[in-house]
Amino acid sequence: MSKYLLDKFLYTVDRDPALVERYREDPAGTVAWWEQERANEILNCAVAEKSTWLSFTDDERKALREHDHVALFGLGAHPFLTLTLFIAMFERDHGPLEYQKTYGRVLQEHYSLPYPDIAT
Amino acid sequence: MATVAAVIASTHHPFYYRASTATGADRPPFADEWVAKIEAFRETLTKARPDILVMVGSDHFHQLWLDNMPQFLVGKAPYFDANWYNEEREFGLPRMRLAGDEQLASHILRNGLDAGFDLAFSNELRIDHSITCPIITLRPDADLPIVPIYTNIFAPPLPRPGRFVELGRTIRQLVESWPIDKRVAIIGTGHLSLELGGPRQFGEHGPDPDFDRKAVDWIASGDLDGCLSEVTLDSLHQPGNATHGFMDFMLMMGAAGAGAKADHVDSLDLFHTMEAYFTWYPNGVPA
Repeated sequence: MSKYLLDKFLYTVDRDPALVERYREDPAGTVAWWEQERANEILNCAVAEKSTWLSFTDDERKALREHDHVALFGLGAHPFLTLTLFIAMFERDHGPLEYQKTYGRVLQEHYSLPYPDIAT
Repeated sequence: MATVAAVIASTHHPFYYRASTATGADRPPFADEWVAKIEAFRETLTKARPDILVMVGSDHFHQLWLDNMPQFLVGKAPYFDANWYNEEREFGLPRMRLAGDEQLASHILRNGLDAGFDLAFSNELRIDHSITCPIITLRPDADLPIVPIYTNIFAPPLPRPGRFVELGRTIRQLVESWPIDKRVAIIGTGHLSLELGGPRQFGEHGPDPDFDRKAVDWIASGDLDGCLSEVTLDSLHQPGNATHGFMDFMLMMGAAGAGAKADHVDSLDLFHTMEAYFTWYPNGVPA
Protein backbone atom coordinates (compact mmCIF):
# COMPACT_ATOMS: atom_id res chain seq x y z
CA MET A 1 0.00 0.00 0.00
CA SER A 2 1.35 3.43 -0.91
CA LYS A 3 -1.55 5.83 -0.59
CA TYR A 4 0.99 8.57 -0.12
CA LEU A 5 2.53 7.88 -3.52
CA LEU A 6 -0.88 7.75 -5.23
CA ASP A 7 -1.64 11.14 -3.72
CA LYS A 8 1.78 12.42 -4.77
CA PHE A 9 1.12 11.40 -8.35
CA LEU A 10 -2.30 13.08 -8.40
CA TYR A 11 -0.93 16.20 -6.71
CA THR A 12 2.12 16.69 -8.88
CA VAL A 13 0.27 16.03 -12.13
CA ASP A 14 -2.65 18.30 -11.19
CA ARG A 15 -0.44 21.32 -10.58
CA ASP A 16 1.35 21.11 -13.93
CA PRO A 17 -0.73 22.03 -17.01
CA ALA A 18 1.51 20.08 -19.40
CA LEU A 19 1.37 16.97 -17.24
CA VAL A 20 -2.41 17.18 -17.00
CA GLU A 21 -2.59 16.99 -20.80
CA ARG A 22 0.05 14.29 -20.99
CA TYR A 23 -1.76 12.11 -18.45
CA ARG A 24 -5.07 12.62 -20.27
CA GLU A 25 -3.61 11.59 -23.62
CA ASP A 26 -1.18 8.87 -22.55
CA PRO A 27 -2.01 7.53 -19.09
CA ALA A 28 0.11 4.34 -19.27
CA GLY A 29 3.18 6.15 -20.59
CA THR A 30 2.81 9.00 -18.11
CA VAL A 31 2.46 6.67 -15.12
CA ALA A 32 5.52 4.64 -16.17
CA TRP A 33 7.62 7.78 -16.73
CA TRP A 34 6.46 9.39 -13.52
CA GLU A 35 7.17 6.32 -11.38
CA GLN A 36 10.64 6.06 -12.91
CA GLU A 37 11.60 9.73 -12.86
CA ARG A 38 9.47 11.57 -10.34
CA ALA A 39 8.10 9.24 -7.68
CA ASN A 40 11.17 9.59 -5.47
CA GLU A 41 11.78 13.32 -5.83
CA ILE A 42 11.18 15.09 -2.53
CA LEU A 43 9.27 18.15 -3.63
CA ASN A 44 11.14 20.77 -1.68
CA CYS A 45 14.62 19.26 -2.04
CA ALA A 46 17.33 19.14 -4.68
CA VAL A 47 16.89 16.21 -7.08
CA ALA A 48 20.20 14.70 -5.94
CA GLU A 49 18.71 14.28 -2.48
CA LYS A 50 15.83 12.14 -3.68
CA SER A 51 14.28 9.19 -1.85
CA THR A 52 15.13 5.61 -2.75
CA TRP A 53 12.13 3.51 -1.76
CA LEU A 54 8.85 4.72 -3.30
CA SER A 55 6.96 2.64 -5.87
CA PHE A 56 3.36 1.76 -6.72
CA THR A 57 1.71 -1.58 -6.03
CA ASP A 58 0.32 -3.35 -9.09
CA ASP A 59 -3.24 -2.31 -8.19
CA GLU A 60 -2.27 1.30 -7.78
CA ARG A 61 -0.36 1.39 -11.06
CA LYS A 62 -3.31 -0.22 -12.84
CA ALA A 63 -5.84 2.23 -11.38
CA LEU A 64 -3.73 5.17 -12.51
CA ARG A 65 -3.02 3.68 -15.96
CA GLU A 66 -6.74 3.12 -16.51
CA HIS A 67 -7.93 6.52 -15.24
CA ASP A 68 -10.09 4.48 -12.89
CA HIS A 69 -11.45 6.90 -10.31
CA VAL A 70 -13.55 4.17 -8.67
CA ALA A 71 -10.48 2.02 -8.07
CA LEU A 72 -8.54 5.03 -6.80
CA PHE A 73 -11.33 5.75 -4.33
CA GLY A 74 -11.18 2.16 -3.16
CA LEU A 75 -7.43 2.32 -2.70
CA GLY A 76 -7.79 5.33 -0.40
CA ALA A 77 -6.42 8.00 -2.72
CA HIS A 78 -7.46 11.42 -1.44
CA PRO A 79 -10.83 12.05 -3.12
CA PHE A 80 -10.22 15.78 -3.47
CA LEU A 81 -7.02 15.19 -5.44
CA THR A 82 -8.61 12.62 -7.71
CA LEU A 83 -11.67 14.75 -8.35
CA THR A 84 -9.71 17.93 -9.08
CA LEU A 85 -7.39 16.26 -11.56
CA PHE A 86 -10.13 14.25 -13.26
CA ILE A 87 -12.30 17.35 -13.68
CA ALA A 88 -9.30 19.03 -15.31
CA MET A 89 -8.91 16.13 -17.73
CA PHE A 90 -12.49 15.18 -18.54
CA GLU A 91 -14.99 17.93 -17.72
CA ARG A 92 -14.31 19.46 -21.14
CA ASP A 93 -15.89 16.44 -22.85
CA HIS A 94 -19.24 16.92 -21.09
CA GLY A 95 -22.01 19.45 -20.48
CA PRO A 96 -22.04 21.66 -17.36
CA LEU A 97 -21.65 19.51 -14.19
CA GLU A 98 -22.50 16.40 -16.18
CA TYR A 99 -19.08 14.88 -15.56
CA GLN A 100 -19.13 15.60 -11.81
CA LYS A 101 -22.58 14.04 -11.42
CA THR A 102 -21.69 10.92 -13.38
CA TYR A 103 -18.45 10.59 -11.42
CA GLY A 104 -20.50 10.43 -8.20
CA ARG A 105 -23.14 8.13 -9.64
CA VAL A 106 -20.57 5.56 -10.72
CA LEU A 107 -19.08 5.60 -7.22
CA GLN A 108 -22.54 4.99 -5.74
CA GLU A 109 -22.63 1.63 -7.48
CA HIS A 110 -19.55 0.52 -5.55
CA TYR A 111 -19.29 2.39 -2.26
CA SER A 112 -21.36 3.47 0.70
CA LEU A 113 -20.33 4.49 4.22
CA PRO A 114 -17.88 3.85 5.70
CA TYR A 115 -15.63 4.88 2.84
CA PRO A 116 -12.08 3.56 2.43
CA ASP A 117 -9.62 5.19 4.80
CA ILE A 118 -7.63 8.04 3.24
CA ALA A 119 -5.13 8.49 6.07
CA THR A 120 -1.56 8.30 4.81
CA MET B 1 -5.31 47.65 22.77
CA ALA B 2 -6.74 46.15 19.62
CA THR B 3 -10.50 45.76 19.32
CA VAL B 4 -12.25 42.76 17.78
CA ALA B 5 -14.51 44.70 15.44
CA ALA B 6 -16.30 41.63 14.11
CA VAL B 7 -16.13 37.86 14.07
CA ILE B 8 -17.33 36.41 10.79
CA ALA B 9 -17.87 32.80 9.75
CA SER B 10 -18.73 31.79 6.22
CA THR B 11 -18.71 28.99 3.74
CA HIS B 12 -16.21 29.52 0.91
CA HIS B 13 -17.86 28.58 -2.33
CA PRO B 14 -15.37 28.78 -5.18
CA PHE B 15 -18.23 29.08 -7.72
CA TYR B 16 -19.40 32.45 -6.35
CA TYR B 17 -16.93 34.55 -8.31
CA ARG B 18 -17.92 33.08 -11.65
CA ALA B 19 -21.65 32.98 -10.84
CA SER B 20 -21.70 36.58 -9.66
CA THR B 21 -19.79 37.97 -12.64
CA ALA B 22 -21.51 35.89 -15.35
CA THR B 23 -23.95 37.63 -17.66
CA GLY B 24 -26.64 36.61 -20.13
CA ALA B 25 -27.13 32.92 -20.76
CA ASP B 26 -24.07 32.07 -18.66
CA ARG B 27 -25.58 33.55 -15.51
CA PRO B 28 -27.03 30.80 -13.31
CA PRO B 29 -30.64 31.26 -12.13
CA PHE B 30 -29.58 31.43 -8.47
CA ALA B 31 -26.96 34.15 -9.03
CA ASP B 32 -29.09 37.21 -8.25
CA GLU B 33 -30.33 35.87 -4.93
CA TRP B 34 -26.81 34.77 -4.05
CA VAL B 35 -25.34 38.18 -4.85
CA ALA B 36 -28.04 39.93 -2.79
CA LYS B 37 -27.23 37.77 0.22
CA ILE B 38 -23.51 38.33 -0.19
CA GLU B 39 -23.96 42.10 -0.47
CA ALA B 40 -25.95 42.13 2.79
CA PHE B 41 -23.23 39.97 4.39
CA ARG B 42 -20.51 42.29 3.07
CA GLU B 43 -22.23 45.25 4.69
CA THR B 44 -21.81 43.58 8.11
CA LEU B 45 -18.02 43.75 7.68
CA THR B 46 -18.02 47.23 6.16
CA LYS B 47 -20.02 48.53 9.13
CA ALA B 48 -17.41 47.17 11.53
CA ARG B 49 -14.74 49.48 9.98
CA PRO B 50 -11.88 46.99 10.29
CA ASP B 51 -8.22 47.95 9.85
CA ILE B 52 -6.87 44.39 9.64
CA LEU B 53 -8.35 40.99 8.82
CA VAL B 54 -7.29 37.77 10.51
CA MET B 55 -8.28 35.15 7.94
CA VAL B 56 -8.76 31.52 8.96
CA GLY B 57 -8.90 28.98 6.17
CA SER B 58 -7.40 25.71 4.98
CA ASP B 59 -4.95 25.07 2.19
CA HIS B 60 -6.40 22.59 -0.32
CA PHE B 61 -3.15 20.75 -1.11
CA HIS B 62 -1.63 23.78 -2.78
CA GLN B 63 1.46 24.78 -0.84
CA LEU B 64 1.07 22.44 2.11
CA TRP B 65 1.76 18.84 1.25
CA LEU B 66 1.95 15.45 2.90
CA ASP B 67 5.75 15.47 3.20
CA ASN B 68 5.56 18.31 5.71
CA MET B 69 2.03 18.95 6.94
CA PRO B 70 1.36 21.46 9.70
CA GLN B 71 -1.86 21.26 11.73
CA PHE B 72 -2.07 25.02 12.34
CA LEU B 73 0.03 27.58 10.49
CA VAL B 74 0.29 31.37 10.62
CA GLY B 75 1.44 33.34 7.59
CA LYS B 76 3.90 36.10 8.48
CA ALA B 77 4.95 38.01 5.38
CA PRO B 78 4.61 41.51 3.94
CA TYR B 79 2.56 40.16 1.04
CA PHE B 80 0.62 37.09 0.09
CA ASP B 81 0.09 36.17 -3.51
CA ALA B 82 -3.12 34.30 -3.96
CA ASN B 83 -4.98 31.71 -5.98
CA TRP B 84 -3.46 28.86 -7.91
CA TYR B 85 -3.45 27.55 -11.44
CA ASN B 86 -5.95 24.79 -10.67
CA GLU B 87 -8.31 27.36 -9.10
CA GLU B 88 -8.10 29.53 -12.20
CA ARG B 89 -8.66 26.43 -14.30
CA GLU B 90 -11.65 25.03 -12.41
CA PHE B 91 -13.30 28.10 -10.89
CA GLY B 92 -12.05 31.04 -12.95
CA LEU B 93 -10.63 32.70 -9.84
CA PRO B 94 -8.40 35.73 -10.47
CA ARG B 95 -4.81 36.01 -9.29
CA MET B 96 -4.60 38.40 -6.34
CA ARG B 97 -2.06 39.93 -3.99
CA LEU B 98 -2.86 40.90 -0.41
CA ALA B 99 -0.76 42.83 2.04
CA GLY B 100 0.19 41.12 5.29
CA ASP B 101 0.41 42.53 8.81
CA GLU B 102 3.65 41.12 10.15
CA GLN B 103 3.36 42.79 13.53
CA LEU B 104 0.05 41.10 14.37
CA ALA B 105 1.31 37.82 12.88
CA SER B 106 4.37 37.97 15.18
CA HIS B 107 2.17 38.69 18.18
CA ILE B 108 -0.10 35.74 17.35
CA LEU B 109 2.86 33.42 16.82
CA ARG B 110 4.79 34.34 19.95
CA ASN B 111 1.80 34.41 22.25
CA GLY B 112 0.05 31.48 20.59
CA LEU B 113 3.15 29.36 21.24
CA ASP B 114 3.15 30.51 24.84
CA ALA B 115 -0.57 29.70 25.12
CA GLY B 116 0.02 26.06 24.21
CA PHE B 117 -0.45 26.00 20.43
CA ASP B 118 2.68 24.87 18.60
CA LEU B 119 1.90 27.03 15.59
CA ALA B 120 3.87 26.51 12.40
CA PHE B 121 4.69 29.59 10.36
CA SER B 122 5.37 30.55 6.79
CA ASN B 123 7.28 33.57 5.51
CA GLU B 124 6.26 32.93 1.90
CA LEU B 125 2.72 31.70 1.60
CA ARG B 126 0.57 31.68 -1.49
CA ILE B 127 -2.98 31.54 -0.22
CA ASP B 128 -5.89 29.77 -1.82
CA HIS B 129 -9.65 30.11 -2.21
CA SER B 130 -10.41 29.30 1.42
CA ILE B 131 -9.14 32.82 2.11
CA THR B 132 -9.66 34.57 -1.22
CA CYS B 133 -13.35 33.59 -1.47
CA PRO B 134 -14.21 35.59 1.66
CA ILE B 135 -12.04 38.45 0.39
CA ILE B 136 -14.04 38.39 -2.85
CA THR B 137 -17.38 38.24 -1.03
CA LEU B 138 -16.66 40.47 1.98
CA ARG B 139 -13.92 42.87 0.91
CA PRO B 140 -13.65 42.76 -2.88
CA ASP B 141 -11.32 45.76 -2.99
CA ALA B 142 -8.82 43.59 -1.07
CA ASP B 143 -7.48 46.79 0.50
CA LEU B 144 -6.76 45.61 4.05
CA PRO B 145 -3.72 43.77 5.41
CA ILE B 146 -4.34 40.21 6.52
CA VAL B 147 -2.91 37.58 8.82
CA PRO B 148 -3.72 34.20 7.30
CA ILE B 149 -4.10 31.23 9.62
CA TYR B 150 -4.36 27.79 8.05
CA THR B 151 -5.87 24.75 9.73
CA ASN B 152 -5.63 21.15 8.64
CA ILE B 153 -9.14 19.87 7.95
CA PHE B 154 -7.99 17.86 4.99
CA ALA B 155 -5.15 15.41 5.60
CA PRO B 156 -5.69 12.98 8.48
CA PRO B 157 -4.70 12.68 11.26
CA LEU B 158 -6.54 15.91 12.10
CA PRO B 159 -6.77 17.75 15.40
CA ARG B 160 -10.05 17.04 17.19
CA PRO B 161 -13.01 19.49 17.07
CA GLY B 162 -12.40 20.72 20.62
CA ARG B 163 -8.93 21.81 19.60
CA PHE B 164 -10.36 23.99 16.83
CA VAL B 165 -12.75 25.62 19.32
CA GLU B 166 -9.88 26.22 21.70
CA LEU B 167 -7.75 27.76 18.96
CA GLY B 168 -10.63 30.10 18.07
CA ARG B 169 -10.89 31.23 21.69
CA THR B 170 -7.14 31.72 21.78
CA ILE B 171 -7.05 33.74 18.55
CA ARG B 172 -9.71 36.06 20.00
CA GLN B 173 -7.68 36.49 23.21
CA LEU B 174 -4.49 37.07 21.24
CA VAL B 175 -6.09 39.80 19.14
CA GLU B 176 -7.54 41.43 22.24
CA SER B 177 -4.14 41.40 23.95
CA TRP B 178 -2.35 43.04 21.01
CA PRO B 179 -1.22 46.40 22.37
CA ILE B 180 -1.94 48.32 19.18
CA ASP B 181 -4.98 50.48 18.70
CA LYS B 182 -6.46 48.80 15.63
CA ARG B 183 -9.81 47.33 14.73
CA VAL B 184 -9.39 43.68 13.78
CA ALA B 185 -12.01 41.46 12.16
CA ILE B 186 -11.55 37.71 12.59
CA ILE B 187 -12.95 35.92 9.55
CA GLY B 188 -12.96 32.18 9.04
CA THR B 189 -14.40 29.90 6.40
CA GLY B 190 -15.35 26.27 6.35
CA HIS B 191 -18.09 23.97 5.14
CA LEU B 192 -21.41 22.61 6.21
CA SER B 193 -22.07 19.08 4.93
CA LEU B 194 -19.99 18.51 1.83
CA GLU B 195 -18.91 15.60 -0.33
CA LEU B 196 -15.99 15.94 -2.75
CA GLY B 197 -14.86 13.08 -4.93
CA GLY B 198 -17.31 10.64 -3.32
CA PRO B 199 -20.64 8.97 -4.15
CA ARG B 200 -22.78 11.78 -2.71
CA GLN B 201 -21.19 14.72 -4.50
CA PHE B 202 -22.99 17.33 -6.61
CA GLY B 203 -26.51 16.45 -5.51
CA GLU B 204 -29.56 18.70 -5.55
CA HIS B 205 -28.65 19.90 -2.04
CA GLY B 206 -25.76 19.39 0.30
CA PRO B 207 -25.31 15.69 1.15
CA ASP B 208 -26.97 16.05 4.58
CA PRO B 209 -29.59 18.82 4.87
CA ASP B 210 -30.46 17.71 8.44
CA PHE B 211 -26.87 18.23 9.53
CA ASP B 212 -26.86 21.62 7.79
CA ARG B 213 -29.97 22.79 9.64
CA LYS B 214 -28.54 21.65 12.94
CA ALA B 215 -25.17 23.22 12.18
CA VAL B 216 -26.70 26.60 11.31
CA ASP B 217 -28.62 26.52 14.63
CA TRP B 218 -25.51 25.65 16.62
CA ILE B 219 -23.54 28.48 15.03
CA ALA B 220 -26.32 31.09 15.12
CA SER B 221 -27.02 30.48 18.81
CA GLY B 222 -23.39 29.91 19.85
CA ASP B 223 -24.36 26.48 21.14
CA LEU B 224 -20.86 25.13 21.58
CA ASP B 225 -21.91 22.52 24.14
CA GLY B 226 -24.57 21.08 21.84
CA CYS B 227 -22.20 21.14 18.90
CA LEU B 228 -19.29 19.55 20.78
CA SER B 229 -21.58 16.87 22.25
CA GLU B 230 -22.48 15.62 18.76
CA VAL B 231 -19.50 16.41 16.55
CA THR B 232 -16.43 14.17 16.58
CA LEU B 233 -13.79 13.32 13.99
CA ASP B 234 -15.71 10.09 13.35
CA SER B 235 -19.18 11.64 13.22
CA LEU B 236 -18.10 14.13 10.57
CA HIS B 237 -17.73 11.35 7.99
CA GLN B 238 -21.50 10.80 8.07
CA PRO B 239 -22.69 14.15 6.63
CA GLY B 240 -20.15 14.03 3.78
CA ASN B 241 -16.51 13.15 3.21
CA ALA B 242 -15.34 16.79 3.19
CA THR B 243 -17.42 17.85 6.20
CA HIS B 244 -14.36 18.06 8.44
CA GLY B 245 -14.21 21.61 7.11
CA PHE B 246 -17.02 22.26 9.58
CA MET B 247 -14.33 22.37 12.25
CA ASP B 248 -13.32 25.80 10.93
CA PHE B 249 -16.87 26.94 11.75
CA MET B 250 -16.34 25.49 15.23
CA LEU B 251 -13.12 27.47 15.48
CA MET B 252 -15.10 30.61 14.69
CA MET B 253 -17.69 29.68 17.32
CA GLY B 254 -14.79 29.57 19.75
CA ALA B 255 -13.71 33.02 18.57
CA ALA B 256 -17.26 34.37 18.94
CA GLY B 257 -17.60 32.86 22.41
CA ALA B 258 -19.87 30.24 23.99
CA GLY B 259 -23.48 31.34 23.97
CA ALA B 260 -22.82 34.28 21.65
CA LYS B 261 -25.79 34.73 19.35
CA ALA B 262 -24.80 35.84 15.88
CA ASP B 263 -25.94 39.34 14.92
CA HIS B 264 -26.32 38.36 11.27
CA VAL B 265 -27.39 34.90 10.11
CA ASP B 266 -28.16 33.90 6.55
CA SER B 267 -28.01 30.80 4.43
CA LEU B 268 -28.68 29.72 0.87
CA ASP B 269 -29.58 26.22 -0.19
CA LEU B 270 -27.60 25.58 -3.36
CA PHE B 271 -26.99 22.41 -5.31
CA HIS B 272 -24.01 20.44 -3.92
CA THR B 273 -23.75 22.37 -0.65
CA MET B 274 -25.49 24.90 1.56
CA GLU B 275 -24.05 28.36 1.94
CA ALA B 276 -24.10 29.96 5.41
CA TYR B 277 -23.06 33.38 6.68
CA PHE B 278 -22.67 34.62 10.26
CA THR B 279 -21.44 37.85 11.83
CA TRP B 280 -20.95 38.64 15.51
CA TYR B 281 -20.11 42.04 16.97
CA PRO B 282 -18.40 41.26 20.30
CA ASN B 283 -18.31 44.94 21.24
CA GLY B 284 -21.81 45.85 20.16
CA VAL B 285 -23.48 46.36 16.80
CA PRO B 286 -21.84 49.32 15.05
CA ALA B 287 -24.04 52.34 14.40
